[in-house]
Amino acid sequence: MKFVLTEEQQALAEAVDEIIESAGGTKAARTWAAGDPASGQALWAQLADLGLLGLCVPEADGGMGGTAVDLVVAFERLGYHAVPGPYIESGALLPDLVGADVRRGIVDGSIIATAAVPGLVPYALDAAASSHHFLVDAESISSATSGPGIASIDRTRTLHELTAAGESAALDPAVVALALDRATLACSAVLLGAGERLLAEAVSYAKIREQFGRAIGEYQGLKHQLADVRIALTFARPLVTGAALNLGDPDSARSISAAKIAAGEAANLAARVALQVHGAIGYTEEHDLGLWITRVRALMGVWGTPRHHYDRIASLLLSPGTSPAPSPVVSPTR
Amino acid sequence: MNLDLTDEQHAFAAEARAWLAEHVPPAPLPSMDTAEGFIAHRKWEATLAEGRWSAVAWPEEFGGRSAGLVEWVLFEEEYYRSGAPTRVAQNGISLLAPILFEHGTDEQRARYLKPMTDGSLIWAQAWSEPGAGSDLAAIRSTARRDDERGGWLLSGQKTWSSRAVWADRGFGLFRSDPAADRHRGLTYFLFPMDAPGLTVRPIAQLDGSTGFAELFFEDVFVPDADVLGAPGDGWRVAMSTAGNERGLSLRAPGRFCAAADRLIDLWNDQQHEDPFARDAVVDAWIKAEAYRLYTWGTVSTLQNGGDIGAEGSVNKVFWSELDIALHETALTLLGPAAELRGTPGVADGRWVDDYLFSIAGPIYAGTNEIQRNIIAERLLGLPRGGDGRRVS
Repeated sequence: MKFVLTEEQQALAEAVDEIIESAGGTKAARTWAAGDPASGQALWAQLADLGLLGLCVPEADGGMGGTAVDLVVAFERLGYHAVPGPYIESGALLPDLVGADVRRGIVDGSIIATAAVPGLVPYALDAAASSHHFLVDAESISSATSGPGIASIDRTRTLHELTAAGESAALDPAVVALALDRATLACSAVLLGAGERLLAEAVSYAKIREQFGRAIGEYQGLKHQLADVRIALTFARPLVTGAALNLGDPDSARSISAAKIAAGEAANLAARVALQVHGAIGYTEEHDLGLWITRVRALMGVWGTPRHHYDRIASLLLSPGTSPAPSPVVSPTR
Repeated sequence: MNLDLTDEQHAFAAEARAWLAEHVPPAPLPSMDTAEGFIAHRKWEATLAEGRWSAVAWPEEFGGRSAGLVEWVLFEEEYYRSGAPTRVAQNGISLLAPILFEHGTDEQRARYLKPMTDGSLIWAQAWSEPGAGSDLAAIRSTARRDDERGGWLLSGQKTWSSRAVWADRGFGLFRSDPAADRHRGLTYFLFPMDAPGLTVRPIAQLDGSTGFAELFFEDVFVPDADVLGAPGDGWRVAMSTAGNERGLSLRAPGRFCAAADRLIDLWNDQQHEDPFARDAVVDAWIKAEAYRLYTWGTVSTLQNGGDIGAEGSVNKVFWSELDIALHETALTLLGPAAELRGTPGVADGRWVDDYLFSIAGPIYAGTNEIQRNIIAERLLGLPRGGDGRRVS
């Protein structure tokens, strides 16, 4: 049974927490949103030193030689603290797709890389704060130049169109598919972490906020909504862990899709309920709650929409001819 | 899913699969809540006992295989996948037996456990009363001391007593100290269903069967040997069964995985094209898969010395809602044929019966509202009260 985290994995989660909390918790997200990437980049360097950007990279290449379970353990914490920046792109997608030099730079933190994957991730995240930009399709990777920043629903995310420029390298489609699934898995873990934080914030607020002479957490109307969030997150978690355990196996694709759907749904429910519990204060810019609410909504649409993942599971599970195949990652036009 | 099963565990599952393939009745048995169906299900329990599959996790001396929790989950997966009958012995095996193991005397274990496994003693549960449903501590049925005969006299009324119409014995809580408050002064009793002074009145259910009954007690004598645990300690003793009923022991993932598989077969057979129904089928599969993986996580926790506690409430709400979603989706796919009952041509005739059973899930074993209160108060640490419940 590998369904219980090892001591090393618990220590990894605690180390990530400690670094982010020492750096001021959500401070990096707020300054990043205001257009000042300095503290976010400093945090990036610290997390790179911990090995976060090379968790699944072999030790021989400077990485941690870890598993996909290590990846979801660490990335859940990134979601919990609303850490800004292209961690999924650098730490989960690109290591298997780029050349040795860039990979070494990603792993040691000297390179912050972002990517677009037409059909799945149409815009590259935070290109202005990144040193390397890549355009990835089903069977190749190219360096790219980025267009001007486009605002996102999530103020900590700035999006950019990429245009291929310079060299392009052919890739084994199976390698690309695995890298995309790993990134989708990392995204699911971030969603799970964001959902857990939203629930924690809502619960602690429900204990202190009083109306009609008692804590609002005494009212069943709120209790039952919060219980439903607990249930949704509790049952999304094993799907994320399970998908990490069998990443690369024959049944991997449907597990990844199930994890992304469930983590997105649970986190979205957590966002809605957390806002409701907070009332108007949670709707203010000054309150941190919006960081997670908008992050969840943004991440639900990238690395495969729910529609994409429903279609993918249906195409694998139900007999052919009854369901359309999922929209594929765009193949290069030759 | 690589769960690192050992060769022995794979062999165990294969042995169960082979035995079930050979012994599961080819046609579904009639409902166990009919006279004829009850006899047929009792016979099936005897068949299971011959193969030593009734309670695989129990010690061998009581008819089990001394298997571990992992083997039990594997067996349940095989059991449901094989389409084997529902377990008429479940009240005894899942609810009463854990208490006997924990609080019973050696003599009680010797007397009751083995007959539970072979269908010779089928148990009814007697928890609820007309005024005590979700609020179980409001029980008013009484137990009066009878020193002369060395036992107790039970009086009062129980209701929603499952399997009571044809069961051999019953178990439940009675108030042995009328002066004590709510949870105190309750005692756990075992009693024969044909005892003088006990009247069983069947209650017809909306699915047409008599799955439960009212029980009327008029000075029903129970000897001291049939008190489970200490007199007055009944609440604490019983709560270990509630934990079992709400948690892992009643609802192995096998049942939901098998239903999700049958749902996929139904979709494939019917060549559907409705995209909404298709998403509902995918959803049912995702949730059954979540439940399966979650259970393995729980098994890991238990094996590492942890316990389930209030997590059982998270479990209960999820499986009961999943069960309804699975069956509602099946009825959606069946279209107008979904109202037909007992029609073998319609998806083996089970969907409608199973749907009717599924909608009771959020009520029995502690309503989902009670479960959500437990989750909010014990897992999330929100304050009690505020809803009219007395804070104890």
